[in-house]
Amino acid sequence: MTGRHTFHEKLDNLHSDLLKMGSLVEQAIHLSVKSLVEHDSVLAEQVIENDDEIDALNLKIEKDCFGLIALQQPMASDLRRIGTVLKIVTDLERMADNAVTISKATLRLKGQAYVKQLIDIPRMATLTEAMVRDALDCYIHSDTEKAYQIAKNDDAVDKLYKEIHNELVEIMQKDSSTVFQATQFLFVAHSLERIGDHATNLAEWVIYFVTGKLEELND
Amino acid sequence: MPEEQVDKQVVHASHLNLFYGNNQALFNINLSFEKNHVTALIGPSGCGKSTFLRCLNRMNDLIEGVKIEGNIKIHNEDIYHPQTDIVQLRKNVGMVFQRPNPFPMTIYDNIAYGPRIHGLKDHKKLDEIVESSLQKAALWNEVKDRLHTPAKGLSGGQQQRLVIGRVLAVEPEIILMDEPTSALDPISTASVEELLQELKKSYTVIIVTHNMQQAARSSDFTAFFLNGEVVEYGKTSRLFTTPKEKRTEDYITGRFG
Repeated sequence: MTGRHTFHEKLDNLHSDLLKMGSLVEQAIHLSVKSLVEHDSVLAEQVIENDDEIDALNLKIEKDCFGLIALQQPMASDLRRIGTVLKIVTDLERMADNAVTISKATLRLKGQAYVKQLIDIPRMATLTEAMVRDALDCYIHSDTEKAYQIAKNDDAVDKLYKEIHNELVEIMQKDSSTVFQATQFLFVAHSLERIGDHATNLAEWVIYFVTGKLEELND
Repeated sequence: MPEEQVDKQVVHASHLNLFYGNNQALFNINLSFEKNHVTALIGPSGCGKSTFLRCLNRMNDLIEGVKIEGNIKIHNEDIYHPQTDIVQLRKNVGMVFQRPNPFPMTIYDNIAYGPRIHGLKDHKKLDEIVESSLQKAALWNEVKDRLHTPAKGLSGGQQQRLVIGRVLAVEPEIILMDEPTSALDPISTASVEELLQELKKSYTVIIVTHNMQQAARSSDFTAFFLNGEVVEYGKTSRLFTTPKEKRTEDYITGRFG
């Protein structure tokens, strides 16, 4: 018989649950922005509804992590793996909450023509979605090089956020009737900026998992 | 019965008291064991866990001055009934001890020993039993080419799996293990623990261990014994994360014992 087969099988299950949650979160982010751009309130409702599944997975993964720590005495990379999973589920869950915030903006703007064409928000969404995808990839492949790259990519997201913020403030200053819509767009841009930060956190935890070192990559 | 019953229970101990002469060692034990699961009995030295385990196949009968009150039923049959066939009982309820105790004979003869004393002579049938028992004990691949060499030549972990195979050869339903890995190194321990996960598919396993981590890793249910009483009995996953009794919490967190 070889080693601790039962334990490693449980770790593999934890890993697959996390990947499943990751792909649901990616999808939620994508669909939330799509619902905003396409004025699709049905899609927005769907994102909000799907969040329950993500929350349930989050709880299951957390519970399984504590169970493995309590019952299996994980050591070395096994322990780092479980610690990493326990931390990054929280980031994934928050990303999904951000997608819900975006979807709620879609619902609040239902039936309204937008005061401006949405150009930078979709651009920002493309960047953050790529960051999330890369973060999950670097988790799967224990790719620290990619992890550092993600942190760099976050600078572009932050820069776009500032630009969007300034533009929206300007629009509101010019015409107070735009305030309701512009604040919704601000919420959306802020949510995307947060998603970028959470993706960077994921990258930090991958670096911890591989090297055992905890580093702060976001300034 | 554990606080979370999941399946069919095969062994029931009720109102069990045990005395060594005038000293009472077990106090009103009420425990039922789940079929096809691993149940661990944990607790500090002298808490009565091994004494209790030995009640389940009447091993305590061999000790002078032992008095037992209450009853233990396996499939509703009281095993302490005067007409109980003890040989049959110990065939049905096999036991594995702390130190591997292979007989001073070959690997093959160790496994064939039980079936032979129960009257089996057919060589082909014995060959089949030896192979299947060693398969179930996860030892076959390691020993199939040296079945007729002395069992004492095996490593400690292999010897312990051989002994488990010897128990399986007489087709028990319940397997008792009394600290089966305490004389083994960590790798051999892991192999026996892995084996438990296989065995429970076909057998009901009750294991005494002074190694709490082993109970956590390998069992489905855990009973915590202290001073001859059962303090808490429940699902291992629950007992080791949120014990209900403070004494359980204190023991498993290393605050006493």
